[in-house]
Amino acid sequence: MENIVIIGNGIAGVSAARHIRKLSDKRIIIISAETDYFFSRTALMYVYMGHMKFEHIQPYENWFWEKNRIELVRGYVTHVQPQEKQLLIDGSRAIQYDKLIIATGSKPNKFGWPGQDLHGVQGLYSKQDLDLLEVNAPNKETCKRAVIVGGGLIGIELAEMLRSRDIPVTFLVRENSFWNGVLPKGESQLINEHIKEHHIDLRLATNLKEIVADENGKVKSVIIAETGEEIPCDMVGLTAGVTPNIDFLKDSGIELGRGVKVNRFLETNIVDVYAIGDCAEQHEAIGNRRPIEAVWYTGRMMGETVAQTICGNRIEYKPGHWFNSAKFLDIEYQTYGWVFSERNKKEHEEHFHWRHAAEKLCVTMAFDKDSHQFLGINTFGIRMRHEVFDRWLTEKRKIDYVIEHLQDANFDPEFYKNYEHEIVSKFNADFGKSIKPKRKSIKRIFNLKPQHH
Amino acid sequence: MSTYDRSMALTGQPPKEISRNQKIATLIGLSGLAIILLAAFNVSFPNKALWLSISLAAITTGTIWFSWEAYSKKLPGIKNDGVWFKSISSQGFWGWIAGIALTTFYIVLYFYPEYLGLVKDGENKGVIALFDPLSRMLSGNPASQWFVYGTLYTVAILAFGIKFMWKYRHNRYERIRTMSVMFFQTAFAFIIPELMARLNGDKILNGGSLPYYDLKNVWPLNYYNFEGYRIKSFLSSGDIGFALLIFGILSIFVITPILTYKYGKRWYCSWVCGCGGLAETAGDSFRQLSDKTVKAWNIERWVVHSVVVFVTLMTTAVIYSYLGTDTSKYWLTKNTFLIGVAILLTVVFTLVMLFKREQLQKDAQYGAIGYFVIIMALIGMHFFSGDGNVFLFKSETLRKSYSFLIGSIFSGVIGTGFYPILGNRVWCRFGCPMAAILGFQQRLFSKFRITTNGGQCISCGNCSTYCEMGIDVRAYAQKGENIVRSSCVGCGICSAVCPRGVLKLENGPLQGRIDSNQVLMGNDVDLMTLVNKK
Repeated sequence: MENIVIIGNGIAGVSAARHIRKLSDKRIIIISAETDYFFSRTALMYVYMGHMKFEHIQPYENWFWEKNRIELVRGYVTHVQPQEKQLLIDGSRAIQYDKLIIATGSKPNKFGWPGQDLHGVQGLYSKQDLDLLEVNAPNKETCKRAVIVGGGLIGIELAEMLRSRDIPVTFLVRENSFWNGVLPKGESQLINEHIKEHHIDLRLATNLKEIVADENGKVKSVIIAETGEEIPCDMVGLTAGVTPNIDFLKDSGIELGRGVKVNRFLETNIVDVYAIGDCAEQHEAIGNRRPIEAVWYTGRMMGETVAQTICGNRIEYKPGHWFNSAKFLDIEYQTYGWVFSERNKKEHEEHFHWRHAAEKLCVTMAFDKDSHQFLGINTFGIRMRHEVFDRWLTEKRKIDYVIEHLQDANFDPEFYKNYEHEIVSKFNADFGKSIKPKRKSIKRIFNLKPQHH
Repeated sequence: MSTYDRSMALTGQPPKEISRNQKIATLIGLSGLAIILLAAFNVSFPNKALWLSISLAAITTGTIWFSWEAYSKKLPGIKNDGVWFKSISSQGFWGWIAGIALTTFYIVLYFYPEYLGLVKDGENKGVIALFDPLSRMLSGNPASQWFVYGTLYTVAILAFGIKFMWKYRHNRYERIRTMSVMFFQTAFAFIIPELMARLNGDKILNGGSLPYYDLKNVWPLNYYNFEGYRIKSFLSSGDIGFALLIFGILSIFVITPILTYKYGKRWYCSWVCGCGGLAETAGDSFRQLSDKTVKAWNIERWVVHSVVVFVTLMTTAVIYSYLGTDTSKYWLTKNTFLIGVAILLTVVFTLVMLFKREQLQKDAQYGAIGYFVIIMALIGMHFFSGDGNVFLFKSETLRKSYSFLIGSIFSGVIGTGFYPILGNRVWCRFGCPMAAILGFQQRLFSKFRITTNGGQCISCGNCSTYCEMGIDVRAYAQKGENIVRSSCVGCGICSAVCPRGVLKLENGPLQGRIDSNQVLMGNDVDLMTLVNKK
């Protein structure tokens, strides 16, 4: 019987294991140094905030693994020796494999700031990071102020977490508007405002110079590069992105870039060794995607794909249309297709932006200037139906069609106010059109009769 | 990566101690309860109407002020910060104290009303006497323990309903639904029946009387609706009484299935029902305590379906017991009735087995077959056993045991008393026969389902944790599967707490409602077709 060993029990590794089990009878071993059982990493924040206990963020009950004959090993893989087809746990215990899947995820970036390894300085990625946060910032008495460095999704989540325990937060963001490398400026502005509504001390266009230690080697303050200002604090969160967690593979002979290099079949340069999830790096980016994608659902999809390959149906990893979602404090964000920020926008990409006069709601749609083809949508505070946008992107719909049928895509709960009419009139006003919104149609939404165009 | 590991002991303090205003609000609320408690110890208040008003006003004001302090200073959004750090909402010390206090109250209420001051054939004393003025104002009669309970119940739904609406003020579905629950409790469960009682003996009832009737309660929730004394009451009061009787029957066989077909069982369980209303409002702080394990699910299915069988048997037996045998006196005789029941059950059973079998789990199928056999066997026994001893037991014994075990212990003592221990829908989930029957309809032919939004699920578990019915919503969402569960009461909280907008309660086409693709969006077509083939 073939021996499949998976390093990492995150969504990528576990999806691979589950699908291999669905398709075959192979022996499956998952090794993790982090936790005994799989948990949802993206939900760690809710444990600190007291929305859930740690056991609630474990998607499967503990008996699931034994029932599905997925063996779990707790330990840290220190070496991979592809010549012998074995790996070492904690430098000593050897485990043999026939096929190896590397799914070790990421670790927080550190950019060589002075003081970045002091006590009280941490990232937020693993279960251990969360445990550490309970030490560094259990309450507002122990942690009188926290400073967060780096303005991405993890940064704002960490800010929300600390605010839930009333800890004052200073948020240092290098850009001159929050996440404006990704979001167009109207949206970025909306989030700036929302961050301040939550009494977070947002400092834009601000860089960290150094982290200062007290006499015990614990963080005492941070110094800002631009002004030299010293901010006293008891905890520093480093959230300037993540890098693949692959240091243990350095002398294994497996080809590495920033991550583990893989082809479209998720195979590494060594036969029977695969890499998936956050730690995998495509030789060539797929479409507009980045070569490394640290996203929950791509990890899941790579796991499903590699399971097919390993079970004898060798197939390419072909992610469909880009989508993603996040939550900025109280504002939900979804994106389908591609909407680039001003910084990364291409010549032919035109934007339509609508923002509600009072509420924190906005929508941005991207389309091609010449062909008018719809390229993508960002939506804040309005839920949209994934299936519908996925279909429209596949069908290469024109922006006018999308605007006209926008009600079909609404996924807000019943009785919510709808803003489609406002959005359509803003579009008409901006582009000199006279589109009348079509009424919502169940038939179209559920695609009951195939649509032709 | 470090292998440094600690237990998840949360050393942090609750995110926010209660503020000074909240302390004052608590004091006011408790002072209202204290008046009632003093009355319970037979302190006789001189002006009962005044003291009762003060008491109820204090309880309401205290609750509302406390909630205002909790939510008004926060931005609209999900407010579950610290739920698991607070003793009251995480099965901690105060949770247990609350559970024990509630349970004790229910035991006294159901079994020792004399301790509350109920006096048969005389002037009430104690707490019940305190409520006399209000009762007289509404129905003209002195209060009973049920009137005291009804009043407190309504006050709880109203005050905590306002709290709920503030808590979820960003969510219009929740606000409207709560207003509906508050309305039905106040009008239909509390005021209308009292006013109806006022009509008794009136000339529009031809001198007859109506039984106490909460119009929104449908059999089998009001398992007593077809008992002899009620039928007599209905029939004694002419057209109005007869119309109510017909309404009671139509509710079961016509109104309920149509509404459930269109909207799912939520039209009842979380928009109309009083038990649901209390669970959603006063019980909201405990919704995360429901057990989501597969074990709990298995127990739930067996228990709740057994209650349905029990209530059907019991009602059949009770109606049977007061029917005659002589066709010349009345067309409905013991024989006709039992044959009618047998035919009805056979038709339902056959239709389900013929057309909807694939939608039932195997154990549900065995269960259905088992129950069907039992019911048929017992009906068969009628023809072999002597009169009065239907179903091996006397019907009165059956009725009494149902009323004691299910009507009192389950729906009251455990159902509400255990809110802080087992979650707020214990009764709805494990005990309510109405929820089970509606759930059966919902599973088989309703347009209602919870749809999932493509591949957006991050398996965070908020939906499952906050499902008061103990459904592991995430298990479906992370597979991209529609959620069609008979226990879902459609409260909408899973959708509300989802940080990624994955879930939506929808009434849509029946086509493809259950056989949704267990595939998430995002993969290319090849992989999707592949997995679909399986």
